[in-house]
Amino acid sequence: MTLFGHRVPMMSSLLVWCLLWELIGRLDLMFLVPPFTAVLAAMVELVQSRQFLAATAITLRSFAVGMALAIVVGVALGVLMGRFRAADRLLGMWVNLFVSAPLSALVPILMILFGLGDTTIIATVFMFAVWIIVLDTQAGVKHISGSLVEMSKSFGAKPRDVYLKILLWAALPEILAGIRLGMIRGVKGVVIGQLLVSVIGYGELFELYSRNFLMERFWALTILVFAFAILVSELVGAIEKRIEYYAGVRQ
Amino acid sequence: MQAVLPRAWETPVPAKPDNIVEVRGLSKFYGSFEALKEIDLDFPRGELISLLGPSGCGKTTLLKMIAGLLQPTAGQVLVKGKPVTGPGPERAFVFQDFALMPWATVIRNVAFGLELRGMPKAQRHEIARRYIAEVGLAGFEERYPHELSGGMRQRVGLARALAVDADVLLMDEPFSAVDEQTRRKFQEDLLSLRRVQRKTFIFVTHSIEEAVYVSDRIVLLSRRPGRVSRIIEPDIPRDGTPDEIRRDRRYLDTIEDIWDGLKRFVD
Repeated sequence: MTLFGHRVPMMSSLLVWCLLWELIGRLDLMFLVPPFTAVLAAMVELVQSRQFLAATAITLRSFAVGMALAIVVGVALGVLMGRFRAADRLLGMWVNLFVSAPLSALVPILMILFGLGDTTIIATVFMFAVWIIVLDTQAGVKHISGSLVEMSKSFGAKPRDVYLKILLWAALPEILAGIRLGMIRGVKGVVIGQLLVSVIGYGELFELYSRNFLMERFWALTILVFAFAILVSELVGAIEKRIEYYAGVRQ
Repeated sequence: MQAVLPRAWETPVPAKPDNIVEVRGLSKFYGSFEALKEIDLDFPRGELISLLGPSGCGKTTLLKMIAGLLQPTAGQVLVKGKPVTGPGPERAFVFQDFALMPWATVIRNVAFGLELRGMPKAQRHEIARRYIAEVGLAGFEERYPHELSGGMRQRVGLARALAVDADVLLMDEPFSAVDEQTRRKFQEDLLSLRRVQRKTFIFVTHSIEEAVYVSDRIVLLSRRPGRVSRIIEPDIPRDGTPDEIRRDRRYLDTIEDIWDGLKRFVD
């Protein structure tokens, strides 16, 4: 981007916003908005605190377990629905409903089912992430032309080979896109779950900071969580790029 | 599913030649659409037989039923005297759109048939390497299909079919997706392959010139429903250069003859 004939480095718009934040903070208009530098200072302090590290460990574990379950179940269901019309008819309606439903409303039910602990958080991550993975996997599997499947069968592939050596690979670009979107939703799930349960992980910290008006810490934690969401999505995006070449060349 | 109609082949034929593939009373319906009607054909071992006909005459359907990829509505296919119920190791297929796995290297694609048979990696790669060299792709083993030209991709498809060492090669318009120069080169390669390998080739094409140029025998199919309308054995000299053959009177007359028969199917 160029501005008044000068090249402006990337991310400089972010600097403008940080500056604006700093100014508003300095004006002391609202206690909700402390100066940005104060938030940064709080962040440095925060990431060193034992409380934060413990919360991070718990959050990451719930996220990882929930996502792993969502990927395994989501891909399996998606392949099933992509291959068999009956499965699509039976499950398609629910998947489409849940993929756009406000799932936060269901977290209290999960709390009743699984109690106020890690299990509820894992279930929340799973519930947020799984549907989009199912949908994208299904789309990918449906897209595969019969040619590769026919080829594998003509060379003696058993049904197992067709799934593991052809279908999963041919649908990989869509599956990864689904996983990336699922991970973004999973981050939402882990935060919302923890907020609603509010006695574990970041949820507990958020609750603590907002109740005690520790706004610097509150914002510092928020920025860290946002950054994590972007990082996770970029990571899967990078894997997607590596296999992008064959999304276009599939017959 | 068996046709119980009295058919000519049920009467004993004396001194039966060695037919590796026999098609008996084969019919195929798609819903109420009759794609193929009561096809009876013999494919002698070691010959190159073309299935030629207008588009929509069911030649690919016939080939896929021989491959065991499609189930006939009536009749049966016998390979080495045994009824076909599905794909088998004595037949290998070369696909019109190559059907290469884009995520796999050339060598893995070529070795795929052997991989499915459970052959250890070192052994199957050794065999694959040999056939990759045979189709002229030595040095491209670790490349991916999208890095190759259309002609090279079909060579990979051909090497994959050769690697499983089947007796019958089923080729579904294998050269239709490559440019004309490559196509002519392929035709030469196919002829020399036929001389070297003791294999039977069943070759689907819509090009009359191609069929006459490469075939020992041409099966002409008519359309709606697809039936065998004629079987031609081109009497073409095989000892000349490609250009001499393409200018040969008998070559040109055969093409003309087939074209006369096919004209009425052009709408």
